Amino acid sequence: MGVEKNEFKFSKKPEVVYVDTDILLIGGGMACCGAAYEAAKWATPKGLKITMVDKAAADRSGAVAMGLSAINTYCGENDPADYVKYVRTDLMGIIREDLVYDLGRHVDNSVHLFEEWGLPVWKRDEDGSTMDGSKPAPKLAEGGKPVRSGRWQIMINGESYKVIVAEAAKKALEYNRKETGVEQNLFERVFISELIHDKNDPSKVAGAIGFSVREHKAYVFTAKTMLLACGGAVNVYRPRSTAEGQGRAWYPIWNAGTTYALAAQAGCELVLMENRFVPARFKDGYGPVGAWFLFFKCKATNSLGEDYCATNLAAANKDFGKYAEDPHKLTTAMRNHMMMIDMKAGKGPILMRTHEAMAALAETMTPKQIKHLEAEAWEDFLDMCIGQAVVWAGNNIEPEKTPSELMPTEPYLLGSHAGCAGIWVSGPGDIAGIPAEWSWGYNRMTTVDGLFTAGDGVGASGHKFSSGSHAEGRIAGKNMTAYCLDHADYKPELGRDVDEVIAEIYAPMETFAKNKDYSTDPLVNPNYIRPKMFQARLQKIMDEYVAGVATWYTTSKTMLEKGLEHLSLLKEDAEKMAAEDLHELMRAWENYHRLMAGEAHARHILFREDSRYPGYYFRADHFYVDDENWKCFTISKYDRDSKEWTLSKRDYVQVIPD
Amino acid sequence: MYICPNDLMKLDVERMKAWNQEPDQCWECYNCVKICPQQAIEVRGYADFVPLGGNVIPLRGTDAIMWTIKFRNGILKRYKFPIRTTSEGSIDLYSGKPEHDYANLKKPGFFNMTEYPTI
Repeated sequence: MGVEKNEFKFSKKPEVVYVDTDILLIGGGMACCGAAYEAAKWATPKGLKITMVDKAAADRSGAVAMGLSAINTYCGENDPADYVKYVRTDLMGIIREDLVYDLGRHVDNSVHLFEEWGLPVWKRDEDGSTMDGSKPAPKLAEGGKPVRSGRWQIMINGESYKVIVAEAAKKALEYNRKETGVEQNLFERVFISELIHDKNDPSKVAGAIGFSVREHKAYVFTAKTMLLACGGAVNVYRPRSTAEGQGRAWYPIWNAGTTYALAAQAGCELVLMENRFVPARFKDGYGPVGAWFLFFKCKATNSLGEDYCATNLAAANKDFGKYAEDPHKLTTAMRNHMMMIDMKAGKGPILMRTHEAMAALAETMTPKQIKHLEAEAWEDFLDMCIGQAVVWAGNNIEPEKTPSELMPTEPYLLGSHAGCAGIWVSGPGDIAGIPAEWSWGYNRMTTVDGLFTAGDGVGASGHKFSSGSHAEGRIAGKNMTAYCLDHADYKPELGRDVDEVIAEIYAPMETFAKNKDYSTDPLVNPNYIRPKMFQARLQKIMDEYVAGVATWYTTSKTMLEKGLEHLSLLKEDAEKMAAEDLHELMRAWENYHRLMAGEAHARHILFREDSRYPGYYFRADHFYVDDENWKCFTISKYDRDSKEWTLSKRDYVQVIPD
Repeated sequence: MYICPNDLMKLDVERMKAWNQEPDQCWECYNCVKICPQQAIEVRGYADFVPLGGNVIPLRGTDAIMWTIKFRNGILKRYKFPIRTTSEGSIDLYSGKPEHDYANLKKPGFFNMTEYPTI
């Protein structure tokens, strides 16, 4: 936000805390926790300082804050090359195969650590029955057999997954802190809102500036290298529930697009930002369906009992050709498309036939085993989506007796789950056959020197999930250490005046203090916009013009252009955001980051002239998948001064044969 | 108070009670409920789509969590699941693992993983 100069005439200037470090981890989720663990091992003996800054509390921050009932990426007996094929198929043929392969060959090491640290992993007993992770059994690393809910997924008792992973990260940080003799290297409740280039070399990052949401203190970090890993973007779109229930976002509501916004503003190239994820989930509670489909062999049908993926295959094939041909190779997006064909035809609600699945399983089971199965079904929710259990309790839904409604959610922007929006990064470099522009330097470094990313930040490489994000953070942490050692003489100097940046960051508080008495109700005031209404305006524009639920995920060139006009006015009004307190100041910046992520998304959809992800979004004016012209990466670069975006194509190269 | 991933819980210092300052930004992650030493926090389902009368209550220990689910019609279900196989704070970071070799710093792999497939 560029603002009328804030001279702190009406609000108090914060105290400024300076922290100098070598490796700065922005975020506290799986990726940054992985980076802390790996980097501490390599960097500490070299005297390099590591610092983590998290807007929440690391024990319960990021996408795994609530817990998880499964680890969705564990290769085990599988070849990482097959993992690449699976990810490529689901993401409509365009991924960075070097990054995905690299992820696949590293991920199991993190999963083995989780189990060693205390994460209970379900095991398959000799008689084929399932055992929860507290029962004595060989660990995965010792040849223990996991309970697979799919080829790549394993079941866990994951209520405390993040607590365990954070404990290791915090201990690693503490080891580094003591060895390097610094006072503090974990900053919780500090929100980073600006990255700063180096004064002497503007191609490098030198610092990050933010503020505490608990104390009136601004934080200025200088670092040789940084990991920007703050998750994906949630609530960019108007959600289906617009009142209290909008909190029940499918992806974590605190993922505010900060990763994409700060990267774009720093001048990073973004990739495939047109990609989004629209999961079909249990209606309203957005509880997980994976275990129901994969583990309980449950079927979803329309209300007439028809399998919409069979009955609508021919119709989908007419528009999308080979992508809707083989019923065994349908992407998640295409399944959504076929589900919506029936919803539009009035054949809804779409039902997950839990009662039939459980009855079928129970046919060969003892009453005790059935009870065990029921508990497993409930645990799937209680570990990772408690709100769905609340929905079932309130609606008297017993899954063994009643089917449950499914619904495609509002769109989400992310790069670690089943989507691949994000930032263009350098790859591992040892994979044969890749173009030079895929690997020019340090693994997982962005196109801005010294700035790394992982997890939701790395684009064109989806299906990492929790374990893959941790492993990718470790890859980044190791390479950031290499960067520091190679740039031992680099002394980062901030390329902007600190007072000026802090004045900008706190401007919403000044705006509020200056104008609040103009109206009787400080919520309604012509001189400013509160972050809540700013978010509502963003969500309405994105929903109505950029293929939200209002138009069945459909847009076109003319709609997008009008939407972008509205977004540009909203961006101007960002200068008039007002915040009453530090909590609201965080909301102001989060929502600005949502706006930046949403704008990138709209511009990419406009640039790409096909409907690459049918079922996630449709270009009504290009209602097809055009492999001849558009089987390529889309790249965008933002110029912060001119506010202009430049978009271009980049070649996709297939590395792993079909 | 401190744990909320979305910074929602606020202390009313006069009454010395905490409250959720933005219920529509609550993910129902239950971290505040699980961690509250007084068990003073209860979640009422999202009012715009959950009928009244049911609730879900956790009791989190050091190695397991107990759940009580009360349906609107009064049905009760109770479950207990493991949460951790080691004691809190017991993670041993690096001992018993291979030492890192800086010759591998720019290669794929981790400090404890020096062999890897490639293409």
